[in-house]
Amino acid sequence: MSEMRYREALNLALREEMQADERVFLIGEDVGVFQGAFKVTAGLLEEFGERRVRDTPISENTIVGMGVGAAMAGLRPVVELMTINFSLLALDQIVNSAASIRYMFGAQVKVPLVIRMPQGAGHQLGPTHSHSFEALYTHIPGLLVAVPTTAADAHGLLKAAIRDDNPVIFIEHETLYGRRGEVPDDQEPLRFGEAAVRREGGDVTIVGISRMAETALKAADTLSSEHGIEAEVIDPRTLRPLDLDTILTSVRKTNRAVIVEEGWPHGGVGANMSALIQEQAFDDLDAPVARVTGADIPMPYSKPLEQASFPHEEHVVQAARATLGEI
Amino acid sequence: MATEDATGGRGPDSTGLETATHPLPERAVCEQILARMQLIRRFEERAGEMYAKAKIGGFLHLCIGEEATIVGSEQAMRDSDYLLSTYREHGHALARGTPPGAVMAELFGKVDGCSGGRGGSMHLFDVERRLLGGYGIVGGNLPLASGVALASDYEGTDDVTLCMFGDGATNQGTFGESMNLAALWKLPIVFMVVNNQFGMGTALERHSAVTDLSRKAAGYGVPGRRCDGMDVLDVERCVGAALEKARVDREPQLVEAVTYRYRGHSMADPEEYRTKDEVEDWRPRDPLTTFPARLVDEGVLSAEEVEQLDEQAMKTVDEAVEFADRSPFPDLASLYDDIYVIGEQVRDPWWSTDSRSPDVHRGEQEREAGEVAQELAEAGAAHADETDPETRAARAQGEGG
Repeated sequence: MSEMRYREALNLALREEMQADERVFLIGEDVGVFQGAFKVTAGLLEEFGERRVRDTPISENTIVGMGVGAAMAGLRPVVELMTINFSLLALDQIVNSAASIRYMFGAQVKVPLVIRMPQGAGHQLGPTHSHSFEALYTHIPGLLVAVPTTAADAHGLLKAAIRDDNPVIFIEHETLYGRRGEVPDDQEPLRFGEAAVRREGGDVTIVGISRMAETALKAADTLSSEHGIEAEVIDPRTLRPLDLDTILTSVRKTNRAVIVEEGWPHGGVGANMSALIQEQAFDDLDAPVARVTGADIPMPYSKPLEQASFPHEEHVVQAARATLGEI
Repeated sequence: MATEDATGGRGPDSTGLETATHPLPERAVCEQILARMQLIRRFEERAGEMYAKAKIGGFLHLCIGEEATIVGSEQAMRDSDYLLSTYREHGHALARGTPPGAVMAELFGKVDGCSGGRGGSMHLFDVERRLLGGYGIVGGNLPLASGVALASDYEGTDDVTLCMFGDGATNQGTFGESMNLAALWKLPIVFMVVNNQFGMGTALERHSAVTDLSRKAAGYGVPGRRCDGMDVLDVERCVGAALEKARVDREPQLVEAVTYRYRGHSMADPEEYRTKDEVEDWRPRDPLTTFPARLVDEGVLSAEEVEQLDEQAMKTVDEAVEFADRSPFPDLASLYDDIYVIGEQVRDPWWSTDSRSPDVHRGEQEREAGEVAQELAEAGAAHADETDPETRAARAQGEGG
């Protein structure tokens, strides 16, 4: 085991996969000389040179499109976009090209592409740099979507994303970059579609997406210590494919579910997961599936307004108690 | 309605193009060029008929008038070079050698189509012949082609990518972005704008401030050159020189082929944006008239031989239609196949969710979904037999792209 920050775990995964496979290369704005807006690519230009660590102009749609083209032609590009908001400039290439090409061309080619980008509120970056779009990308067939929350998962899932033959939307979180965690030495890639049960409990299932897995764990401690409620906390780790089995197994035990996400409520990850749970486990539910989401607004700048806009542990505690009829 | 201001005075003389006469190549090459252009013309005419008979759905964009541009550029390419095109790409597939039956079957939505019936007219693909797609988004293929060229450069091959797009695409952001990156990274790519005078129904001078499109990339570091898109030999010479420059000197190039689209943007186009006189002004430039006439004049082929080649093209198209007719539609149970490459990095979870029936199930388990799901899938597919006269009538009057 080695302790490292989330960003260092990502950096390690990139370095290991680039060492192992000559076809893997990095492309993005300021990934080289600047070493990444969040320093995830630190040291890689020095180690691998300009052929494999490529600084680009600010041209998101073309950066992603070039990644798709290079992947079709046999390379394994890892694209970095500076924030998930900027990925909207590349939405055409992500949806109309990356996600569709294999299917619409009758499986003649594959698109082994990773698009890495951070999301999330809490840094007073206002409405164009703070949003959470995992729901948007989970919506699209043809994409895989990862939302790692720990250093170990960041490392293991990024290695898997690079080795996988599908286009992967790899969503990091700005708040998590500095978090420390244990990463097993010589960790093999983790598999997509395997949720992690972060805490066991029999009273209510709490599913936390991206950073909200951390918030859910804090809430579970409070629920236990102050209310005598034992929550089971699940971090799905990937949203496409989704490990629905682990969630359903837990819900069949607890008969209650709370889904926590930072993104917007309409058409959110929680909305979708709630539908899947009631389709598959309606008879096991003792209460309506609860959602805790970000506020249905563009993210405001002002610090108190911003902090009030996304879920904290108090919101999760309240929602969990409500499913148990305590409120 | 069209006005004289919007459409007048756009004949072949308005393009400012200086044309030169190039010597004819040897007889076998002349014959091959003519046969390819005839095949494309006859194929497109027949595709139009098949659309009218509702054998082809969606939109259908014919390249009639652009045969010299297509065949000339194909003549200049190596087999190992890549080609990426637009949604007006039947001719490109035929020129690259994709079997006409596989192209027609794709238009019919059949399983033997060159994209397995998943793509249709706008999304032809033939990886074996390095035709890496027709694309339905205007300007969307420039970044993709740049990425393919990046791969060639990265791997140290001397393959060049030819990326063809219309005059309308030069107004997209991807045009500037891709030119800049290609020049910055010295990618082996030739961008080729097929200037057929219209971005859908908007004439060149009404959609682009600069109408000599070969100049449009110079500010990004990509030099341009123009060729007569109605003269197959001029296209071949010009594209050949550009490919060589990109291949040897790693300097991306822009080629503008000045051509004319005799048919509407798609079959659903009443053509109110141009006059019949304008179309007639371009008729004498038709490469399917001028090229065979020159071959006969210069004694390379006789009129009878030209006629025989044309009959062969028609026969090939007949066979393509028969092939497409015989081919079955894709199996309904294959609906979820090949959305993903199922690999060892992913456990067997819910890749896709099928909620078309009360038996909600994993899309990848569609084949085991049970009778209700199968019956509902068949019920949905049965609507394919319905004729929808209202929609078709609306499209015939020019609604939609």
